[in-house]
Amino acid sequence: MKRFSALFSAIDQSTKTTVKTKALAEFFATAPDEDKLWTIALFSGRRPKRAVTTTQLREWAAEVAGIPLWLLEESYPIVGDLAETIALILPEATQTSDHSLSHWINTLHALHDIPAEDRKAQILAAWDQLDPTERFLFNKLITGGFRIGVSRKLMTRALAQATGQDEAELAHKLMGDWTPATTTYASLIEADDPAAAQSRPYPFYLAHQLEDAPENLGAPSDWQAEWKWDGIRGQLIIRDEHHLWSRGEELITDRFPEFARARDFLPKGTVLDGEIVTWDGTAPMPFSTLQPRITRKTVPKKLLKEAPVILLAYDLLEHQGQDIRNQPLEQRRAALETLLDAMSSDAPVRASPAITFDSWENLKALRQTSREMRAEGLMLKRKASPYLAGRKKGDWWKWKLDPLTIDAVMIYAQQGHGRRANLFTDFTFAVWKGNELVPFTKAYSGLTDKEFAQITAWVRRNTQARFGPVRQVTPEHVFEIAFEGIQASPRHKSGIALRFPRMARWRQDKPVQEANTLDDLHAMLATYG
Amino acid sequence: MRAPVLTFTDHGIYCPAGDFYIDPWRPVSRALITHGHSDHARPGMGSYLATDAALPIIRHRLGEITAEGIPYGETRRIGGASVSFHPAGHIPGSAQIRVEVAGEVWVASGDYKVLPDGLSEAFEPVPCHSFITESTFGLPVFRWPDQTEVAREMTAWWAANAAAGLTTFLGAYSLGKAQRLLRMLEPIGPILTHGAVEASNAVLRAQGYDLLETLPVTPDLDVKAHPGALVLAPPSALGSQWARRFGKGSTGFASGWMRLRGVRRRRSVDRGFVVSDHADWDDLHQAIKATGAENIYVTHGYTDIFTRHLIDQGYNAQVVPTQFGETEEEPA
Ligand SMILES: [Zn+2]
Ligand SMILES: [Zn+2]
Repeated sequence: MKRFSALFSAIDQSTKTTVKTKALAEFFATAPDEDKLWTIALFSGRRPKRAVTTTQLREWAAEVAGIPLWLLEESYPIVGDLAETIALILPEATQTSDHSLSHWINTLHALHDIPAEDRKAQILAAWDQLDPTERFLFNKLITGGFRIGVSRKLMTRALAQATGQDEAELAHKLMGDWTPATTTYASLIEADDPAAAQSRPYPFYLAHQLEDAPENLGAPSDWQAEWKWDGIRGQLIIRDEHHLWSRGEELITDRFPEFARARDFLPKGTVLDGEIVTWDGTAPMPFSTLQPRITRKTVPKKLLKEAPVILLAYDLLEHQGQDIRNQPLEQRRAALETLLDAMSSDAPVRASPAITFDSWENLKALRQTSREMRAEGLMLKRKASPYLAGRKKGDWWKWKLDPLTIDAVMIYAQQGHGRRANLFTDFTFAVWKGNELVPFTKAYSGLTDKEFAQITAWVRRNTQARFGPVRQVTPEHVFEIAFEGIQASPRHKSGIALRFPRMARWRQDKPVQEANTLDDLHAMLATYG
Repeated sequence: MRAPVLTFTDHGIYCPAGDFYIDPWRPVSRALITHGHSDHARPGMGSYLATDAALPIIRHRLGEITAEGIPYGETRRIGGASVSFHPAGHIPGSAQIRVEVAGEVWVASGDYKVLPDGLSEAFEPVPCHSFITESTFGLPVFRWPDQTEVAREMTAWWAANAAAGLTTFLGAYSLGKAQRLLRMLEPIGPILTHGAVEASNAVLRAQGYDLLETLPVTPDLDVKAHPGALVLAPPSALGSQWARRFGKGSTGFASGWMRLRGVRRRRSVDRGFVVSDHADWDDLHQAIKATGAENIYVTHGYTDIFTRHLIDQGYNAQVVPTQFGETEEEPA
């Protein structure tokens, strides 16, 4: 663990990408293969199978630290990370050890095969021989979520530096549903394994939000526009079998059985990139109808009927078994249309229309109609662009509609966690209903650190009542709340629920009386819900 | 029933028997001040009473004031109350204020640190019936690592930066923390100071506190003439225009908050060093226990959680809302 712990510290102690890449490349050049494989796995979102629950971990840690459980529970949201909280409260270790990362992961795996009551002793023994950083990492192995400032891209680059392999090639090798149990470092990185290649998706190309005026992009004739659908991004692979991948690289084939039929319509050696949406026969249905489909691992018949999905395909990555990502979008698009135009109207795949336009003015007007199209705005793609991997600036842009906004009054405040542990950052907002303020949403992002510090001092002085960690504050401050969508929700007192609410602006210029009303919200629900 | 020795008002902590306030946040005629930090020593009071050791800084910060100094441990009669000041170990000159009325003793701690730092007058437990404690770091996750080890890491980091041709930027609050670092660091190169830090240095040196040699950064300072330097500045100055002249460097920050990875990342510093001027979880408990007090009043920080834990332990504890710990400058 010492080598991995040193790697972690080097990465964690720097804000500079070059330093992080160098530390990782050095690790990949020198660590044992098994540790390298696990490091790749951890930094690409994979983790050991969980052998103890986080509830058990909390109880054991509180016991070892000699504090009541509630105190650990109260500390956790302030620290923002359970693995870290536990590492911080435990007493100093009485022993040291020099086992490898893989040793500790194997120890965790072995817990599955021993009686539950013996697992505690093993975890406590581990805590008692790890230093604080190692303990944090050990706990992270159990709780998961290894986000420590290493993007997958950065890791891939470091691996490319250490192995001398091409970065894009490596990125492709790392895709798919492998785990350290199903492969080895040698076969994943060093060899070419045709079986693994069967289900392997291509890295998704991600767009940036357009910040400038679209005119700065150049001639409209160089660009293709598409609707930006409000569904989930998916990659449909038709090879010997079919596979459906989410953008988070989760294999979601079983959740969407509709696509089994795609094999009847599409030839082997086809890979499509598109948006999975629920479909009423002619248009996408609201995102809220897709939600139950995303969360269910198996789909009941009724749901399948109520919320059928299709793929609105916008790109063709593999054609007749050939990787065509380097061809310009224009050519890929032509091939996509030839492939899909011939399909029957009940097929689960359709081409997402390409919108051509002769002036940015016209396109702006069209963008304003996005909500009627059940879209969130437009996508702009350069016709000459290849299909790149990851988030790259220049050729693909999201041009989303401006969010909906409403002015609301802050009525409750709660302390933040993690990065903002010592500030009040989580607020509840209300709108007027006659003389009463009705809470309708929470929001906790959108302000600068400086503004959070300012509001924190204010909250401390204007607390009217405390309910556990929640403070009721004098209704005095108005904030502009921006959100992406609104829907009816009988569970909420206000009768509505917002999508992605955040604070757009602190309206220090606005008196509370001028905040919006519940009627205003319901009018928005009628228009956009 | 007799009036309590100390009460909590919207102007600050008040003693009816002596008609004075302790660390008031609104103007009052008579103020007893625990220490020179700006959330405790505020302008606009009719008169000030503080330790002889704290007074120079308070005068320096507040300008023309009517103030009087008192040695640690000396008892003074004010109206019906007897008051005395006792070392709080927080920063040079800092004190806990003991107030006795008709045999009943209350102690207002201000801010305190039990750990000796080799600079501040060492903390002394003061027996009392009621104790007003801070709880800036009143959570079990805050436990301070061995400071000798932290000092060694800090110096090693500086040496590595110097070897790589980088300037070392160390952020620390200008009064207390910065001077403490000037005792912890090993002088392996020149130490350049920001004006705010140097102003406190000058006042404390004149009082006889022994600090490492420093070189104030002035507009005409030739930065290139001091390779391998460590720049000691308030956090707000790092990353500002002021810091640019020193070229490429590595940034560190010394604070109790650096114990939390999340806070360290928000500051986006390369290195966080856990050096605090406040008591950690264990020391808060130890200090409270040492007073023998039954009634504990909790201010600053994680007051709700800390108070609940004290009640669990059998104390008669309650949260007191104050305006301490609210200024930008509050050192931690
Ligand atoms: Zn202080
Ligand atoms: Zn304070």
